[in-house]
Amino acid sequence: MERQLIGAFLAIVIGVGACALYYFASNMILDLALPFRKGGARAVRNQKLAATIRPWLFLGPALLILTVYLVYPAIDSLRLSFYDRASENFVGIRNYVWAVNDDEFRQSIFNNVLWLLVVPALSTFFGLVIAFLTDRIWWGNIAKTLIFMPMAISFVGASVIWKFIYDFRSEGSTQIGLLNAIVQGLGGEPQAWITLPFWNNFFLMIILVWIQTGFAMVILSAALRGISEETIEAAIIDGAKGPQLFFYIMIPQIWGTIAVVWTTITITVLKVFDIVLAMTNGQWDTQVLANLMFDWMFRGGGDFGRGATIAIIIMVAVVPIMVWNIRRANAEMEGR
Amino acid sequence: MAIAGSRKSSGITNHVLVAIIVILWTVPTFGLFVSSLRDKDQLSVSGWWTALTTTESNNTGRAPPPSEQVERDGSFVLAGNLFAEGGSGTVVSFGTRVQNPNEFQAGQTGDIGDGVSLTVNADGSFEMVSPVAFEGSRGQRIFYRAGMPPRFTLDNYREVLASAGIGQSFVNSLTVTIPATIIPILIAAYAAYALAWMKFPGRALLLSLVVGLLVVPLQMSLIPLLKLYNDIGTLFGVDAKTYVGIWIAHTGFGLPLAIYLLRNYIAGLPREIMESARIDGASDFDIFVRIVLPLSLPALASFSIFQFLWVWNDLRVAIVFLGAQNDQLVLTARLVNLLGSRGSNWEILTASAFITILVPLVVFLSLQRFLIRGLLAGSVKG
Repeated sequence: MERQLIGAFLAIVIGVGACALYYFASNMILDLALPFRKGGARAVRNQKLAATIRPWLFLGPALLILTVYLVYPAIDSLRLSFYDRASENFVGIRNYVWAVNDDEFRQSIFNNVLWLLVVPALSTFFGLVIAFLTDRIWWGNIAKTLIFMPMAISFVGASVIWKFIYDFRSEGSTQIGLLNAIVQGLGGEPQAWITLPFWNNFFLMIILVWIQTGFAMVILSAALRGISEETIEAAIIDGAKGPQLFFYIMIPQIWGTIAVVWTTITITVLKVFDIVLAMTNGQWDTQVLANLMFDWMFRGGGDFGRGATIAIIIMVAVVPIMVWNIRRANAEMEGR
Repeated sequence: MAIAGSRKSSGITNHVLVAIIVILWTVPTFGLFVSSLRDKDQLSVSGWWTALTTTESNNTGRAPPPSEQVERDGSFVLAGNLFAEGGSGTVVSFGTRVQNPNEFQAGQTGDIGDGVSLTVNADGSFEMVSPVAFEGSRGQRIFYRAGMPPRFTLDNYREVLASAGIGQSFVNSLTVTIPATIIPILIAAYAAYALAWMKFPGRALLLSLVVGLLVVPLQMSLIPLLKLYNDIGTLFGVDAKTYVGIWIAHTGFGLPLAIYLLRNYIAGLPREIMESARIDGASDFDIFVRIVLPLSLPALASFSIFQFLWVWNDLRVAIVFLGAQNDQLVLTARLVNLLGSRGSNWEILTASAFITILVPLVVFLSLQRFLIRGLLAGSVKG
């Protein structure tokens, strides 16, 4: 164990040192090769040349890693989706045909759509309401910290927390899961919640809503505070009260931020995997695309063709958001 | 001020609503924490919300066999203690039929048929008295209800740290997380500076690329990279699953966000500072190291918290790029394994889960404002 920690420490020193050395050395070499401080026509030319090369020295490592870890794999995934399980023979669109006809895949699409409809909506809604309410009380910041806290918890940790809440003991014995204890206390019948097809999806979604609400709250709270005092003052003078103020005056002014929060959570939902893996591993009709893909990556030695196909389908769902993001970012940068 | 008043003043409903929401949001974690500190025998028979009350449970004990009887004042006596073979607490009631452990109160003497009387005291000691000699080879079974006082212990933590492998995984998680947090910062900072303040063809295109890559799902990368790693492993005859491999992978997946966050921050630094430095003869490298880096510390802090939380909490990348053996299994992966193998041992799961979330919680609570600043600077990560 000590050896491992020392190894990690050395890795940091060497890794960071090597990076720093690269930047330092490459810049020094450039300065030596193209001196410009002595003046003259040559110096002007050198300076121009150096100014052309230097950005690429700064960008080099980042571009290299981005290309190897994100750009190339995205292209290669597309290619692999047209190959068989061992990526040896071209099979055309057979993987896609398989997907469309596969029950588990259809189930995943259905569940994913459910997740996409429910989780972003609930998280954004709760986040907005909580942001509004906590802004008006003196202990609002403490409340916000507590609601924001699940953001720090891993999906797996959160799954354990909630699995404990959903825990089920056969009828007659003492329930140690909070939900069943409440249900029993109210005279209901305890259930094995995560094995109830269809409804169990919602019990899994609650976990993600629990995590993401804090995120929505933080962003929307800042947006609410950004609304100009004059607008609100004018509305109050005109007689607007709490809910009216909230729905008719404040919300329309922060539509842009709501959209950003919504899409960000949508992307998180598309990739949700840990929760399903930890809670049910797709059993009892809870499969989702991201977990199905993972399953195919390793199932029976792994079927890379089908796995890549599912990855591409997830990607296709993300593309519209990606385009919208790029447009928004470009508009923002032109505004600078 | 009318406005300040209207924003801060609010009715009692407002306070109650927020209180309810806060309770709803914190109870799950709180329950886990309380449970992880409870005695494992109590944890499995009663809900954590009863942790402060005495837990009652039904148990079975057995009197010694007739061969151990002693004669006393013309009667035959078998004596012993129900807690002799483990267990503790106070006996509330007892009986000799499984359906009814509440037949007699503790301390009472009950007639259990054939003229035999049985007395069980609260401390578990019992005495069976019979006018004729006991026969047979096995002792009488005694069913009793015992109350256990609330008991809190760190035993669960001791157990998971030592035997469930959580201690080793904690070290593994640290080994993955620290380099995977620090390495991307440096690389991203240089790239961000170039994108913000240097002029070169294709800059706008590269920026769009970075923004686009922000949302590319990780899933896209996994299969090609797994193949690539395996190929490299075979080619050089080394293990495909190494810590170096996952450090660079996490660096790659973290770079878009890092570049994006840092570029936005660095682009917002005042132009005058850089221009006056340039007039003084400073090169881009000097400007970056002496001026931009120190000024960007808040943004660097924001990103490192993000990356730290993200890497620490990651499961997907760890499963793909690290092996399943003891010295490479990170906390999240270990927890998933425990959910499978020890799914009903809540004393193991609760303590393990709490150890897993402890570090991020501490980081979160102490550095929250940097995290929020980072979130507000626009965060969408693939």
